[in-house]
Amino acid sequence: MDAFVQHLTVFVLACIVGWQVVWNVTPALHTPLMSVTNAISGIIVIGALLALGPTWGTPTWLGAVALFVAAINVAGGFLVTRRMLAMFRKR
Amino acid sequence: MGAVAVPWPVALAYLVAAALFVASLGGLSAQATARRGNVYGMVGMGIAVLATLPLVGNLPVAIGAMVVGGAIGAFLAARVEMTSMPELVAGMHSFVGLAAVLVGLAGYYVHPHGTLDALRVIHLIETFLGVLIGAVTFTGSIVAFGKLRELIGSKPLLLPGRHALNLAGVIALVGLAAWFVVSQSALPLLLCAALAGLLGVHLVMAIGGADMPVVVSVLNSYSGWAAAATGFLLGNDLLITTGALVGSSGAILSYIMCKAMNRSIWSVVLGGFGSAPAAATEASEEAKRLAAKGVQSGTVDDVVDILRSARSIVVVPGYGMAVAQAQHAMRELTELLQKSGATVRYAIHPVAGRLPGHMNVLLAEANVPYNIVLEMDEINQDLSDTDAVFVMGANDIVNPGALDDPNSPIAGMPVLEVWKSRTVVVVKRSLSAGFAGIDNPLFYRDNTMMLFGDARKMAESVVAALKGGGGHHSSR
Repeated sequence: MDAFVQHLTVFVLACIVGWQVVWNVTPALHTPLMSVTNAISGIIVIGALLALGPTWGTPTWLGAVALFVAAINVAGGFLVTRRMLAMFRKR
Repeated sequence: MGAVAVPWPVALAYLVAAALFVASLGGLSAQATARRGNVYGMVGMGIAVLATLPLVGNLPVAIGAMVVGGAIGAFLAARVEMTSMPELVAGMHSFVGLAAVLVGLAGYYVHPHGTLDALRVIHLIETFLGVLIGAVTFTGSIVAFGKLRELIGSKPLLLPGRHALNLAGVIALVGLAAWFVVSQSALPLLLCAALAGLLGVHLVMAIGGADMPVVVSVLNSYSGWAAAATGFLLGNDLLITTGALVGSSGAILSYIMCKAMNRSIWSVVLGGFGSAPAAATEASEEAKRLAAKGVQSGTVDDVVDILRSARSIVVVPGYGMAVAQAQHAMRELTELLQKSGATVRYAIHPVAGRLPGHMNVLLAEANVPYNIVLEMDEINQDLSDTDAVFVMGANDIVNPGALDDPNSPIAGMPVLEVWKSRTVVVVKRSLSAGFAGIDNPLFYRDNTMMLFGDARKMAESVVAALKGGGGHHSSR
C-alpha cells in the first residue's frame, strides 16, 4: 500500500507540473506540442523493455510488438517535431 | 510481474529523464526555445532507454524491435505532408494505446496468479485499467485517423440508444474488472480489451468532423493516461510522471479547443454535433431576408482593386486553404502586398484546421514569418481599423451569427469579427454551409464580396493580376 501511495504522489505532482507548464505553451506551437508529447508518451518503451523477460514466452512476443510500435512513436514524434520547428521563421 | 524494481542508478537516470521531459514541454512555450525543448525530449528518451537496456532480459529482440520501429518512425516523419499532420498524430496515438494494451497483457502473463492480498488487488486493477485505457485509445485513434484521412465519412454515426450502449459498456467493464480480480484469469482481461476497443470505436464514430481538433486532443490526453496506468502496474515512476505530463497536456488542449467552440467537453465526447442540419433547416427570419437579398459576387479584378487600395490587410485562413494547398500562393500575395507598402497579418482562430495549431504549421511551411501570424485574441480588437480582410477557406470561425443570433447552433462561440473591417473578401467554392451546417450571414453583408472558386486558383489569379500592374480593368 505504501508503494501505491508513493506512486500516487508522484502521479498527482506530475499532473500539476504538466498543468502549469503546458499553459505557457504558445498556441502557435500547439501542433509541435502534440507531436512532442506523442514522442514522449513513447516512454512506454521502458515498460515494454522490462516486460520482455529472459526467456521466450507470451510476454516476450507481446513486449516485442509493443516495443516496435512505441519505437515508431518515439522516432516519428521527435523527428516530425524537429521538422516542423525548423519551418518557423521570423522576419 | 508486479512492480519491477529498478536499481538506484537506473532510478536516478529516470529522474534526469523526467526532468528533461518537463524542460522539453517548457521549451515549447516560446519560439526561441522550442527547438531546444525538442532536443531535451530526445536526450531524456535516450537516457531512459540506455539506462534500461542493462535490465533487459532479451537484448537482441529489444534492439531489433526498436531499430525497425525507429526506422519506420523516421521514415514517416520525413515523408509526411504538413497537411496530413492530423492523421499522423492520430495514428501515433493509436500506437501508444496498442503498446499500453500489450504491456498490460505482458505484465499479466509474467505473473498470472498470486496471493490475493490488498497489494495484488491494486495491481490487478491497475493492469485492468492500463489495458482498458490503452484499448480505447487504440481503436478510438484508428477511427479518428480514418475520419481525418476520409476513409470513413466525417458525419457522426448515431446508433439508436447510443448513450445507453455506452453506459452498458461501462457497466460491463466494471463487471469484468470484478471478475478479473476474483478469478485472476486471462479471459476477463482479454474481454476487457475487446469491449474497451468497441467502446473506443463507438465513441469516436459518434463525433462529427467539426469536432476533430477536440477529439485528437482528447486522444492525446488518453495516450498519456494509458502510459501512466502502465507505470502504475509496473511500479515505474518515470512512466507515471511522463504519462501524467502528456495526459495533462492533452487535457489542456482539449479544454482550449472546447472553449474556442463554446462547447462543453461532455457535449463533444458524447458526440452527435455536426449531424444536425435540423438546426439549419429552421432558417431564421434574418437568414431568409438575407438569402432573398443575395450575395455580392466579385471578380479577381474587383479583389485586386480592394487590395491595392488597402493599407492594412488581415488574412483569415481556414481548413479550405490547406485542402486547396493555397498557402504558398498566399505567401506570395503577402509579399507583393507588403512590397506595395501594406501591412499584412494573419489571424488564426484556435479551431481553424483539424489540429490545434495546424494553420501555424502550414503557414510556417509556406515561409510566412511567424511574427505576422497572430492569435484571435491578439487581433480581434484591430479588425475595426483594418481596410481589407481576406477570408480564405474559413466559414464558421467568421460567422457573426455566433455573436448576434442566440438561436445559432454556434451561438456564443468566439469568432473573428471580420465584418467590422472596411471590406471583407471571402474566397469560397460555393455558398454551401460549413462543417456545422450553419448558414453564414457574413456572406450577405454590404461590405462583403464573395470570390467563388478554388482557394489556390483564386489566390494565384490575384497574385498574377497584382503582378500584371493594373493592366486589367474592372469587369463590373
